[in-house]
Amino acid sequence: MLANINWADIGQATLDTLVMLGGSLAFSVLLGLPLGVILFLTGPRQLLANRPANMALSFVVNVLRSVPFVILLIVMIPLTVLLVGTSLGVAGAIPPLVVGAAPFYARLVETALREVDKGVIEAGQAMGATPRQIVFGALLPEAMPGIIAGATVTAIALVSYTAMAGVVGAGGLGDLAIRFGYQRFQTDVMVVTVVMLLALVQGLQWAGDRLIIKVSRR
Amino acid sequence: MISFQSVGKTFARAPAPALVGVSLEIAPGEVFGVIGQSGAGKSTLIRLINGIERPSSGHVLTDGADVGALDPQALRDLRRRVGMIFQHFNLLSSKTVAANVAFPLKVAGVPRGEIGPRVAELLDRVGLADQAHKYPAQLSGGQKQRVGIARALANGPKILLCDEATSALDPQTTEQILDLLARLNRELGLTIVLITHEMEVIRRVCHRVAVLDAGAVVESGEVAEVFLHPQHAVTRALVADAAGLLVAQGLGAGPTLRLTFRGAATYEPILGRIARDTGVDYSILAGRIDRIRDEPYGQLLVSLVGGDVAQARARLSAAGVRVEEA
Repeated sequence: MLANINWADIGQATLDTLVMLGGSLAFSVLLGLPLGVILFLTGPRQLLANRPANMALSFVVNVLRSVPFVILLIVMIPLTVLLVGTSLGVAGAIPPLVVGAAPFYARLVETALREVDKGVIEAGQAMGATPRQIVFGALLPEAMPGIIAGATVTAIALVSYTAMAGVVGAGGLGDLAIRFGYQRFQTDVMVVTVVMLLALVQGLQWAGDRLIIKVSRR
Repeated sequence: MISFQSVGKTFARAPAPALVGVSLEIAPGEVFGVIGQSGAGKSTLIRLINGIERPSSGHVLTDGADVGALDPQALRDLRRRVGMIFQHFNLLSSKTVAANVAFPLKVAGVPRGEIGPRVAELLDRVGLADQAHKYPAQLSGGQKQRVGIARALANGPKILLCDEATSALDPQTTEQILDLLARLNRELGLTIVLITHEMEVIRRVCHRVAVLDAGAVVESGEVAEVFLHPQHAVTRALVADAAGLLVAQGLGAGPTLRLTFRGAATYEPILGRIARDTGVDYSILAGRIDRIRDEPYGQLLVSLVGGDVAQARARLSAAGVRVEEA
């Protein structure tokens, strides 16, 4: 039992996964949230309805979402080098992770905003609020539980994306599981990494749920 | 205060226009009701007043401004002078009662220091001073609408628009909200436009009413007149003639008359006195005694037998009773 386990490697891999997850989640939210808001606002019969802009954005989002992540990792290499100076390691994994996750998160944000009662927007209009005041004063606070739930789902999707980032030598728990657990038949390494990933996903879901309860006032 | 000048509104992809040739004048300080069945165009009509909808033809003048011609900034300025409340309240569920009422003040750029006292004053006016820190989900329907009213009054509007404001409330709560609206009209001189499908709402608070059917005004005037002597079939349906006053069922032996008493005459023993003097016997087929706003009225459907019917009719008219053949 556990004969092949090198706890220093496991520790490093866990740290790499957390860094990739934290970095890519932060940038995915930073990019995906405004993108989701714009997707919603430019939609049909919305505050800033704009068919060409909405269709163009929607198309870009769909294209990015339809590229399998493993392919995205490779296709992105030149752009990644441009952005972070390398296409390797943890830093090299973050740009493709963000490009993979931000459009996904944007769609979840758009859906969360659509769930907000249209009457709330109308009340904002009727009191003479600008679109900006309606977004920040009414729409985002009302959609906050859905926006947080979307971030939780995105974080968990990112955990599984990071496993593939081993392709560019990014390390992390998933990479460890593939190289040792699978390719070297070290079942104990496989079991330990999977347990670590399971704990990570459980922790993320728990934290997300707690946060949602905290902001829900319905 | 508000003027509709041959206003038409057509929605893209809608089979029929929402409004056709609507002309109305709403005076400062009055409570004006618009009644109609669902789909009659009421919601569109009220949304033209604050420019949430724009007219396809004609003009809507609100507080002197041609709403359809305003640029976005001027329209927002107008909307800050026109409050609006809604059937489903449309409160922010994520914010406290106080924060909901503060929102329009922030929108209008009221300095931070003035917001707190103003919110307290508004909540006090609607009787919710002790609920400031609750969330909407913790309130009853009537309380939620009071928050809606406080929010609508935040920037001191001259006009309040009520979009089916009592339709989601039970009868007792409806009465309380209508009393509050009547009080605001009296105390603040607020011009109120309310739309509803319930004649009771009109009867309780409105001075004048317009009846809307298929996008057109089919009848309008003083509430008592429209309510007691409805001309149009739609108005008759809305008056919901539970007492059977509007349709003579052919029950009486002699001529059947509808007698309408208003004001002080309602409580006078006019009918008995005239019957004695003219030798006319009467049977009451249907009747109702109630109030329109604060004015008492009585309406009776009577059948007259024997005696001098012509003289009885003349005496009734002379006593201020309105006599109609039923």
